[in-house]
Amino acid sequence: MAQPPPRHATMLSLSNSNSNSNSHSNLSSTTTISTPQTQTHLPTPSQSSTGLRVPSNRKTIYDRHLNRSRNAELSRASFAFLFGEMVTYAQRRVTGIQDLERRLNEQGYPLGLRLLDLLFYRTVTGSSSSSALSSSSSTSASPPNRPLRILPLLHLIHGPLWRLLFTRPADALEHSVSPDTPNEYMITDNDPLVNTYISVPKEMSMLNCAAFVAGIIEGVCDGCGFEAKVTAHNQPTEMWPSRTIFLLRFGESVMEREKVLERAGVK
Amino acid sequence: MSYYFTILSPTDVPLFNIAFGTSKSGGDGIARFRFPDTAQYMNQFIIHSSLDMVEEAQWMNGNMYLKHIDTYPPASAYISAFLTPSGARFLLLHQPPHAAGPNANAGGGGGGGGIGGSSSILGGSFAAGSSAARASASSIAANPTSPQTEEAVRQFMAEVYENYVKTVMNPFYRQGMEIRSAVFRSRVTAAGRKWL
Repeated sequence: MAQPPPRHATMLSLSNSNSNSNSHSNLSSTTTISTPQTQTHLPTPSQSSTGLRVPSNRKTIYDRHLNRSRNAELSRASFAFLFGEMVTYAQRRVTGIQDLERRLNEQGYPLGLRLLDLLFYRTVTGSSSSSALSSSSSTSASPPNRPLRILPLLHLIHGPLWRLLFTRPADALEHSVSPDTPNEYMITDNDPLVNTYISVPKEMSMLNCAAFVAGIIEGVCDGCGFEAKVTAHNQPTEMWPSRTIFLLRFGESVMEREKVLERAGVK
Repeated sequence: MSYYFTILSPTDVPLFNIAFGTSKSGGDGIARFRFPDTAQYMNQFIIHSSLDMVEEAQWMNGNMYLKHIDTYPPASAYISAFLTPSGARFLLLHQPPHAAGPNANAGGGGGGGGIGGSSSILGGSFAAGSSAARASASSIAANPTSPQTEEAVRQFMAEVYENYVKTVMNPFYRQGMEIRSAVFRSRVTAAGRKWL
Protein backbone atom coordinates (compact mmCIF):
# COMPACT_ATOMS: atom_id res chain seq x y z
CA MET A 1 0.00 0.00 0.00
CA ALA A 2 2.76 2.40 0.97
CA GLN A 3 4.55 1.99 -2.32
CA PRO A 4 2.34 1.67 -5.32
CA PRO A 5 3.60 -0.62 -8.03
CA PRO A 6 5.33 1.49 -10.65
CA ARG A 7 3.40 0.08 -13.60
CA HIS A 8 0.13 1.07 -12.03
CA ALA A 9 1.45 4.54 -11.48
CA THR A 10 2.49 5.08 -15.08
CA MET A 11 -0.84 3.84 -16.26
CA LEU A 12 -2.60 6.34 -14.09
CA SER A 13 -0.36 9.15 -15.17
CA LEU A 14 -1.00 8.33 -18.78
CA SER A 15 -4.71 8.35 -18.32
CA ASN A 16 -4.23 11.58 -16.48
CA SER A 17 -2.66 13.21 -19.46
CA ASN A 18 -5.54 12.13 -21.63
CA SER A 19 -8.45 13.29 -19.56
CA ASN A 20 -7.38 15.42 -16.68
CA SER A 21 -10.59 16.13 -14.85
CA ASN A 22 -11.99 12.61 -14.94
CA SER A 23 -9.12 10.63 -13.61
CA HIS A 24 -8.34 13.23 -10.99
CA SER A 25 -11.64 12.69 -9.33
CA ASN A 26 -10.89 8.97 -9.34
CA LEU A 27 -7.43 9.54 -7.98
CA SER A 28 -8.65 11.46 -4.99
CA SER A 29 -9.74 8.24 -3.30
CA THR A 30 -6.34 6.56 -3.67
CA THR A 31 -4.23 9.09 -1.91
CA THR A 32 -1.04 7.08 -2.11
CA ILE A 33 -0.61 7.99 -5.75
CA SER A 34 -0.52 11.72 -5.48
CA THR A 35 0.76 14.64 -7.47
CA PRO A 36 4.50 13.90 -7.24
CA GLN A 37 3.90 10.77 -9.29
CA THR A 38 2.13 12.57 -12.04
CA GLN A 39 4.72 15.30 -12.08
CA THR A 40 7.63 12.92 -12.45
CA HIS A 41 5.85 11.30 -15.35
CA LEU A 42 4.93 14.50 -17.08
CA PRO A 43 7.65 14.18 -19.73
CA THR A 44 6.36 10.78 -20.81
CA PRO A 45 3.17 11.84 -22.60
CA SER A 46 5.16 13.80 -25.15
CA GLN A 47 7.13 10.67 -25.98
CA SER A 48 4.21 8.31 -25.96
CA SER A 49 1.97 10.62 -27.93
CA THR A 50 2.50 8.44 -30.99
CA GLY A 51 1.24 5.53 -28.93
CA LEU A 52 4.12 3.40 -30.09
CA ARG A 53 7.29 2.46 -28.32
CA VAL A 54 9.99 1.08 -30.57
CA PRO A 55 13.03 -0.80 -29.30
CA SER A 56 16.29 1.13 -29.26
CA ASN A 57 17.55 -0.52 -32.44
CA ARG A 58 14.33 0.59 -34.18
CA LYS A 59 13.47 -2.98 -35.14
CA THR A 60 10.00 -4.28 -34.43
CA ILE A 61 8.90 -7.89 -34.78
CA TYR A 62 7.62 -6.94 -38.23
CA ASP A 63 11.15 -6.20 -39.39
CA ARG A 64 12.40 -9.67 -38.65
CA HIS A 65 12.20 -12.39 -41.19
CA LEU A 66 10.12 -15.38 -40.17
CA ASN A 67 12.51 -17.85 -41.76
CA ARG A 68 15.47 -16.46 -39.86
CA SER A 69 15.32 -19.09 -37.14
CA ARG A 70 14.14 -21.80 -39.47
CA ASN A 71 17.21 -23.99 -39.34
CA ALA A 72 18.35 -22.78 -35.96
CA GLU A 73 18.39 -25.37 -33.21
CA LEU A 74 17.55 -24.80 -29.61
CA SER A 75 19.74 -25.91 -26.77
CA ARG A 76 18.30 -29.13 -25.41
CA ALA A 77 19.46 -28.28 -21.90
CA SER A 78 17.67 -24.94 -21.84
CA PHE A 79 14.56 -26.55 -23.24
CA ALA A 80 14.68 -29.21 -20.51
CA PHE A 81 15.00 -26.53 -17.81
CA LEU A 82 12.23 -24.45 -19.29
CA PHE A 83 9.89 -27.36 -19.70
CA GLY A 84 10.64 -28.59 -16.18
CA GLU A 85 9.71 -25.15 -14.92
CA MET A 86 6.49 -25.20 -16.95
CA VAL A 87 5.49 -28.49 -15.37
CA THR A 88 6.28 -27.14 -11.92
CA TYR A 89 4.20 -24.07 -12.67
CA ALA A 90 1.29 -26.18 -13.85
CA GLN A 91 1.57 -28.38 -10.79
CA ARG A 92 0.76 -25.58 -8.37
CA ARG A 93 -2.60 -26.02 -6.67
CA VAL A 94 -3.76 -28.83 -8.92
CA THR A 95 -6.29 -31.32 -7.65
CA GLY A 96 -4.94 -34.37 -9.39
CA ILE A 97 -3.12 -35.84 -12.32
CA GLN A 98 -5.97 -35.12 -14.73
CA ASP A 99 -6.02 -31.52 -13.67
CA LEU A 100 -2.28 -31.26 -14.18
CA GLU A 101 -2.52 -32.78 -17.63
CA ARG A 102 -5.34 -30.42 -18.48
CA ARG A 103 -3.16 -27.46 -17.54
CA LEU A 104 -0.27 -28.71 -19.63
CA ASN A 105 -2.69 -29.21 -22.48
CA GLU A 106 -3.88 -25.62 -22.13
CA GLN A 107 -0.32 -24.39 -22.27
CA GLY A 108 0.26 -26.20 -25.52
CA TYR A 109 -3.00 -25.23 -27.22
CA PRO A 110 -2.15 -21.62 -28.20
CA LEU A 111 1.21 -22.84 -29.40
CA GLY A 112 -0.51 -25.21 -31.82
CA LEU A 113 -2.56 -22.40 -33.33
CA ARG A 114 0.59 -20.36 -33.93
CA LEU A 115 2.66 -23.20 -35.30
CA LEU A 116 -0.02 -23.93 -37.84
CA ASP A 117 0.26 -20.48 -39.39
CA LEU A 118 4.04 -20.53 -39.18
CA LEU A 119 4.22 -23.96 -40.77
CA PHE A 120 2.15 -22.89 -43.75
CA TYR A 121 4.04 -19.67 -44.12
CA ARG A 122 7.33 -21.54 -44.19
CA THR A 123 6.18 -24.14 -46.66
CA VAL A 124 4.95 -21.37 -48.98
CA THR A 125 8.06 -19.24 -48.88
CA GLY A 126 10.67 -21.90 -48.22
CA SER A 127 9.73 -24.33 -50.96
CA SER A 128 12.44 -22.95 -53.21
CA SER A 129 15.23 -23.64 -50.75
CA SER A 130 16.19 -27.27 -50.37
CA SER A 131 15.11 -28.35 -46.95
CA ALA A 132 13.86 -31.34 -45.02
CA LEU A 133 10.23 -30.55 -45.76
CA SER A 134 9.26 -33.17 -48.26
CA SER A 135 5.70 -34.38 -48.04
CA SER A 136 3.68 -31.19 -48.34
CA SER A 137 6.12 -29.24 -50.50
CA SER A 138 6.72 -31.98 -53.02
CA THR A 139 4.67 -29.90 -55.42
CA SER A 140 7.01 -27.02 -54.87
CA ALA A 141 5.36 -24.58 -57.24
CA SER A 142 1.91 -24.42 -55.69
CA PRO A 143 1.35 -23.47 -52.08
CA PRO A 144 0.19 -26.25 -49.79
CA ASN A 145 -3.49 -26.80 -49.33
CA ARG A 146 -5.36 -26.42 -46.11
CA PRO A 147 -6.36 -29.88 -44.91
CA LEU A 148 -10.04 -30.51 -45.60
CA ARG A 149 -10.27 -34.14 -44.57
CA ILE A 150 -9.01 -35.94 -41.51
CA LEU A 151 -6.29 -37.91 -43.25
CA PRO A 152 -4.40 -34.95 -44.75
CA LEU A 153 -4.62 -33.26 -41.37
CA LEU A 154 -3.10 -36.29 -39.65
CA HIS A 155 -0.33 -36.44 -42.23
CA LEU A 156 0.33 -32.77 -41.61
CA ILE A 157 0.72 -33.44 -37.89
CA HIS A 158 2.66 -36.65 -38.33
CA GLY A 159 5.10 -35.20 -40.85
CA PRO A 160 5.68 -31.45 -41.17
CA LEU A 161 4.52 -30.46 -37.69
CA TRP A 162 6.62 -33.11 -35.98
CA ARG A 163 9.59 -32.13 -38.11
CA LEU A 164 9.14 -28.49 -37.19
CA LEU A 165 9.02 -29.35 -33.49
CA PHE A 166 11.37 -32.29 -33.13
CA THR A 167 13.24 -32.42 -36.47
CA ARG A 168 11.92 -35.90 -37.25
CA PRO A 169 8.53 -37.34 -38.17
CA ALA A 170 6.41 -39.17 -35.62
CA ASP A 171 6.81 -42.93 -35.47
CA ALA A 172 3.36 -44.23 -36.28
CA LEU A 173 -0.09 -43.15 -37.32
CA GLU A 174 -3.00 -45.50 -36.71
CA HIS A 175 -6.75 -45.59 -36.98
CA SER A 176 -8.80 -47.18 -34.22
CA VAL A 177 -9.69 -50.76 -35.13
CA SER A 178 -12.78 -50.80 -32.94
CA PRO A 179 -15.99 -50.20 -34.94
CA ASP A 180 -17.47 -48.30 -31.98
CA THR A 181 -14.90 -45.56 -32.19
CA PRO A 182 -14.29 -44.64 -35.80
CA ASN A 183 -13.43 -41.11 -34.68
CA GLU A 184 -10.27 -42.15 -32.84
CA TYR A 185 -6.81 -41.90 -34.31
CA MET A 186 -3.46 -42.51 -32.71
CA ILE A 187 -0.10 -40.92 -33.30
CA THR A 188 2.84 -42.68 -31.67
CA ASP A 189 6.13 -41.20 -30.61
CA ASN A 190 8.65 -43.77 -29.39
CA ASP A 191 10.77 -41.33 -27.48
CA PRO A 192 9.11 -37.93 -27.01
CA LEU A 193 11.59 -35.13 -26.48
CA VAL A 194 9.51 -33.53 -23.74
CA ASN A 195 9.72 -36.65 -21.56
CA THR A 196 13.44 -37.28 -22.01
CA TYR A 197 14.45 -35.50 -18.84
CA ILE A 198 11.32 -36.07 -16.82
CA SER A 199 11.18 -38.85 -14.29
CA VAL A 200 7.68 -39.32 -13.02
CA PRO A 201 7.33 -40.40 -9.37
CA LYS A 202 5.82 -43.83 -8.80
CA GLU A 203 2.61 -42.57 -7.21
CA MET A 204 1.91 -40.48 -10.31
CA SER A 205 2.63 -43.23 -12.81
CA MET A 206 -0.41 -42.24 -14.87
CA LEU A 207 1.01 -38.82 -15.59
CA ASN A 208 2.46 -38.12 -18.98
CA CYS A 209 3.93 -34.67 -19.45
CA ALA A 210 3.55 -35.04 -23.19
CA ALA A 211 0.06 -33.71 -22.46
CA PHE A 212 1.72 -30.47 -23.47
CA VAL A 213 2.36 -31.86 -26.94
CA ALA A 214 -1.19 -33.20 -26.98
CA GLY A 215 -2.29 -29.60 -26.39
CA ILE A 216 -0.25 -28.48 -29.39
CA ILE A 217 -1.90 -31.13 -31.55
CA GLU A 218 -5.30 -30.07 -30.28
CA GLY A 219 -4.52 -26.48 -31.22
CA VAL A 220 -3.55 -27.53 -34.72
CA CYS A 221 -6.72 -29.60 -35.17
CA ASP A 222 -8.93 -26.85 -33.84
CA GLY A 223 -7.22 -24.24 -35.96
CA CYS A 224 -7.92 -26.25 -39.09
CA GLY A 225 -11.57 -26.53 -38.07
CA PHE A 226 -11.43 -30.09 -36.75
CA GLU A 227 -12.82 -30.08 -33.26
CA ALA A 228 -10.88 -32.71 -31.32
CA LYS A 229 -9.82 -33.85 -27.89
CA VAL A 230 -6.25 -35.04 -27.70
CA THR A 231 -4.71 -36.94 -24.80
CA ALA A 232 -1.30 -38.45 -24.19
CA HIS A 233 -0.94 -41.98 -22.83
CA ASN A 234 2.04 -44.04 -21.67
CA GLN A 235 2.52 -47.23 -23.56
CA PRO A 236 6.01 -48.44 -22.72
CA THR A 237 7.62 -51.32 -24.56
CA GLU A 238 10.85 -53.02 -23.68
CA MET A 239 12.72 -51.18 -26.33
CA TRP A 240 11.04 -47.81 -25.81
CA PRO A 241 10.31 -47.19 -22.12
CA SER A 242 8.86 -43.73 -22.70
CA ARG A 243 6.77 -44.58 -25.75
CA THR A 244 3.75 -42.27 -25.87
CA ILE A 245 0.52 -42.53 -27.78
CA PHE A 246 -1.43 -39.42 -28.63
CA LEU A 247 -5.08 -40.27 -28.89
CA LEU A 248 -7.09 -37.94 -31.12
CA ARG A 249 -10.84 -38.06 -30.63
CA PHE A 250 -12.65 -36.02 -33.26
CA GLY A 251 -16.02 -34.49 -32.50
CA GLU A 252 -19.29 -35.55 -34.09
CA SER A 253 -19.51 -32.45 -36.27
CA VAL A 254 -16.19 -33.38 -37.83
CA MET A 255 -17.31 -36.94 -38.58
CA GLU A 256 -20.53 -35.70 -40.15
CA ARG A 257 -18.68 -33.26 -42.35
CA GLU A 258 -16.22 -36.00 -43.24
CA LYS A 259 -19.11 -38.07 -44.63
CA VAL A 260 -20.49 -35.16 -46.63
CA LEU A 261 -17.10 -34.34 -48.09
CA GLU A 262 -16.48 -37.96 -48.96
CA ARG A 263 -19.72 -38.04 -50.93
CA ALA A 264 -18.76 -34.78 -52.65
CA GLY A 265 -15.44 -36.31 -53.62
CA VAL A 266 -13.28 -33.77 -51.81
CA LYS A 267 -9.85 -35.06 -50.90
CA MET B 1 -10.43 1.78 -57.31
CA SER B 2 -11.30 1.86 -53.65
CA TYR B 3 -10.64 -0.95 -51.21
CA TYR B 4 -11.92 -2.04 -47.88
CA PHE B 5 -9.92 -4.76 -46.18
CA THR B 6 -10.87 -6.63 -43.05
CA ILE B 7 -9.57 -9.55 -40.99
CA LEU B 8 -12.09 -11.72 -39.17
CA SER B 9 -11.29 -14.27 -36.51
CA PRO B 10 -12.60 -17.85 -36.85
CA THR B 11 -15.48 -16.81 -34.59
CA ASP B 12 -16.35 -13.82 -36.79
CA VAL B 13 -14.86 -11.17 -34.55
CA PRO B 14 -13.42 -8.30 -36.61
CA LEU B 15 -9.72 -8.08 -35.78
CA PHE B 16 -8.61 -5.39 -38.16
CA ASN B 17 -10.01 -3.18 -40.89
CA ILE B 18 -8.76 -0.49 -43.15
CA ALA B 19 -10.04 1.47 -46.14
CA PHE B 20 -7.72 2.69 -48.83
CA GLY B 21 -7.62 3.66 -52.47
CA THR B 22 -5.45 2.63 -55.33
CA SER B 23 -1.98 4.01 -55.77
CA LYS B 24 -1.56 2.75 -59.31
CA SER B 25 -1.92 4.97 -62.36
CA GLY B 26 -1.73 8.21 -60.47
CA GLY B 27 -4.03 7.30 -57.59
CA ASP B 28 -3.31 8.98 -54.29
CA GLY B 29 -4.18 6.03 -52.04
CA ILE B 30 -7.31 7.61 -50.61
CA ALA B 31 -10.52 5.62 -50.69
CA ARG B 32 -13.34 7.19 -52.70
CA PHE B 33 -16.31 4.92 -52.46
CA ARG B 34 -19.31 5.53 -54.67
CA PHE B 35 -21.59 6.33 -51.81
CA PRO B 36 -19.36 8.07 -49.30
CA ASP B 37 -22.22 8.79 -46.89
CA THR B 38 -23.08 5.18 -46.34
CA ALA B 39 -19.79 3.52 -47.26
CA GLN B 40 -18.63 3.16 -43.71
CA TYR B 41 -21.34 0.76 -42.63
CA MET B 42 -22.40 -0.55 -46.03
CA ASN B 43 -18.90 -1.84 -46.75
CA GLN B 44 -18.92 -3.77 -43.52
CA PHE B 45 -22.38 -5.05 -44.25
CA ILE B 46 -21.47 -6.20 -47.76
CA ILE B 47 -18.23 -7.79 -46.71
CA HIS B 48 -19.77 -9.68 -43.81
CA SER B 49 -22.61 -10.92 -45.94
CA SER B 50 -20.05 -12.71 -48.11
CA LEU B 51 -19.08 -14.89 -45.16
CA ASP B 52 -21.69 -17.46 -46.13
CA MET B 53 -19.99 -17.88 -49.49
CA VAL B 54 -16.61 -18.17 -47.81
CA GLU B 55 -17.83 -20.88 -45.50
CA GLU B 56 -19.26 -22.79 -48.42
CA ALA B 57 -16.11 -22.51 -50.49
CA GLN B 58 -13.90 -23.23 -47.50
CA TRP B 59 -14.51 -26.98 -47.55
CA MET B 60 -14.59 -27.44 -51.29
CA ASN B 61 -11.31 -25.77 -52.05
CA GLY B 62 -8.12 -26.31 -50.10
CA ASN B 63 -6.31 -23.23 -51.33
CA MET B 64 -5.61 -20.40 -48.98
CA TYR B 65 -6.53 -17.80 -51.56
CA LEU B 66 -10.15 -18.34 -52.60
CA LYS B 67 -10.10 -15.64 -55.30
CA HIS B 68 -13.09 -13.51 -56.10
CA ILE B 69 -16.03 -15.08 -54.31
CA ASP B 70 -18.85 -12.59 -54.14
CA THR B 71 -20.25 -9.56 -55.91
CA TYR B 72 -22.72 -7.00 -54.71
CA PRO B 73 -23.99 -5.36 -57.92
CA PRO B 74 -25.83 -2.32 -56.48
CA ALA B 75 -22.54 -0.93 -55.21
CA SER B 76 -20.51 -2.87 -57.80
CA ALA B 77 -18.47 -4.23 -54.93
CA TYR B 78 -16.29 -7.27 -55.56
CA ILE B 79 -15.08 -9.38 -52.68
CA SER B 80 -11.98 -11.56 -52.60
CA ALA B 81 -11.17 -13.89 -49.75
CA PHE B 82 -8.10 -15.47 -48.25
CA LEU B 83 -8.18 -18.08 -45.50
CA THR B 84 -5.33 -18.65 -43.12
CA PRO B 85 -4.84 -22.27 -42.05
CA SER B 86 -5.77 -21.35 -38.50
CA GLY B 87 -9.17 -20.12 -39.63
CA ALA B 88 -8.81 -16.34 -39.82
CA ARG B 89 -10.49 -14.77 -42.84
CA PHE B 90 -8.98 -11.94 -44.88
CA LEU B 91 -11.66 -10.23 -46.92
CA LEU B 92 -11.02 -7.52 -49.48
CA LEU B 93 -13.81 -5.48 -50.97
CA HIS B 94 -12.87 -3.65 -54.13
CA GLN B 95 -14.95 -1.16 -55.99
CA PRO B 96 -13.89 0.16 -59.38
CA PRO B 97 -14.10 3.92 -59.80
CA HIS B 98 -17.12 5.14 -61.73
CA ALA B 99 -14.91 7.57 -63.60
CA ALA B 100 -13.52 4.55 -65.37
CA GLY B 101 -16.70 3.54 -66.73
CA PRO B 102 -19.30 3.83 -69.36
CA ASN B 103 -19.41 0.06 -68.96
CA ALA B 104 -19.86 0.38 -65.21
CA ASN B 105 -22.75 2.80 -65.72
CA ALA B 106 -24.46 0.43 -68.06
CA GLY B 107 -24.38 -2.28 -65.43
CA GLY B 108 -25.58 -0.43 -62.38
CA GLY B 109 -28.75 1.49 -63.08
CA GLY B 110 -29.54 1.74 -59.38
CA GLY B 111 -26.28 3.54 -58.78
CA GLY B 112 -27.19 6.47 -60.97
CA GLY B 113 -28.43 8.76 -58.24
CA GLY B 114 -25.39 8.25 -56.12
CA ILE B 115 -22.98 8.85 -58.96
CA GLY B 116 -24.33 12.31 -59.54
CA GLY B 117 -23.85 13.20 -55.92
CA SER B 118 -20.33 11.93 -55.50
CA SER B 119 -18.93 12.92 -58.86
CA SER B 120 -19.41 16.53 -57.92
CA ILE B 121 -16.75 16.00 -55.29
CA LEU B 122 -14.36 14.86 -57.94
CA GLY B 123 -15.82 17.18 -60.53
CA GLY B 124 -12.86 19.54 -60.61
CA SER B 125 -10.46 16.89 -61.69
CA PHE B 126 -12.83 14.96 -63.88
CA ALA B 127 -10.98 15.60 -67.12
CA ALA B 128 -7.69 14.53 -65.64
CA GLY B 129 -9.35 11.52 -64.05
CA SER B 130 -10.85 10.24 -67.26
CA SER B 131 -7.55 10.48 -69.12
CA ALA B 132 -5.89 8.50 -66.37
CA ALA B 133 -8.65 5.93 -66.57
CA ARG B 134 -8.14 5.56 -70.29
CA ALA B 135 -4.43 5.04 -69.79
CA SER B 136 -5.09 2.29 -67.28
CA ALA B 137 -7.86 0.54 -69.16
CA SER B 138 -5.98 -2.75 -69.00
CA SER B 139 -4.77 -2.28 -65.42
CA ILE B 140 -6.24 -3.53 -62.17
CA ALA B 141 -8.65 -0.68 -61.63
CA ALA B 142 -10.67 -1.12 -64.80
CA ASN B 143 -11.46 -4.77 -64.53
CA PRO B 144 -12.00 -6.27 -61.10
CA THR B 145 -12.31 -9.87 -62.25
CA SER B 146 -9.38 -10.05 -64.65
CA PRO B 147 -6.50 -12.47 -64.02
CA GLN B 148 -4.20 -9.51 -63.40
CA THR B 149 -6.43 -8.32 -60.60
CA GLU B 150 -6.61 -11.80 -59.09
CA GLU B 151 -2.86 -11.98 -59.16
CA ALA B 152 -2.42 -8.55 -57.60
CA VAL B 153 -4.89 -9.37 -54.85
CA ARG B 154 -3.14 -12.68 -54.24
CA GLN B 155 0.18 -10.91 -53.83
CA PHE B 156 -1.42 -8.40 -51.49
CA MET B 157 -2.98 -11.16 -49.41
CA ALA B 158 0.30 -13.07 -49.24
CA GLU B 159 2.09 -10.02 -47.94
CA VAL B 160 -0.59 -9.33 -45.35
CA TYR B 161 -0.46 -12.99 -44.36
CA GLU B 162 3.26 -12.73 -43.67
CA ASN B 163 2.65 -9.79 -41.36
CA TYR B 164 -0.30 -11.54 -39.79
CA VAL B 165 1.89 -14.55 -38.95
CA LYS B 166 4.36 -12.18 -37.34
CA THR B 167 1.56 -10.73 -35.26
CA VAL B 168 0.34 -14.16 -34.25
CA MET B 169 3.82 -15.29 -33.28
CA ASN B 170 4.02 -12.42 -30.81
CA PRO B 171 3.83 -14.06 -27.37
CA PHE B 172 1.65 -11.23 -26.10
CA TYR B 173 -0.96 -11.83 -28.75
CA ARG B 174 -3.75 -14.28 -28.06
CA GLN B 175 -6.00 -15.59 -30.75
CA GLY B 176 -9.09 -13.47 -31.25
CA MET B 177 -7.48 -10.27 -30.03
CA GLU B 178 -7.92 -7.14 -32.09
CA ILE B 179 -4.76 -6.19 -33.97
CA ARG B 180 -3.97 -2.68 -32.82
CA SER B 181 -0.35 -2.46 -33.89
CA ALA B 182 0.40 0.73 -35.78
CA VAL B 183 3.27 -1.03 -37.49
CA PHE B 184 0.94 -3.72 -38.79
CA ARG B 185 -1.39 -1.06 -40.14
CA SER B 186 1.42 0.72 -41.93
CA ARG B 187 2.60 -2.60 -43.34
CA VAL B 188 -0.85 -3.33 -44.74
CA THR B 189 -1.00 0.16 -46.20
CA ALA B 190 2.40 -0.39 -47.80
CA ALA B 191 1.26 -3.72 -49.25
CA GLY B 192 -1.79 -1.98 -50.69
CA ARG B 193 0.38 0.69 -52.22
CA LYS B 194 2.67 -1.92 -53.71
CA TRP B 195 0.14 -4.28 -55.27
CA LEU B 196 -3.24 -2.60 -55.62
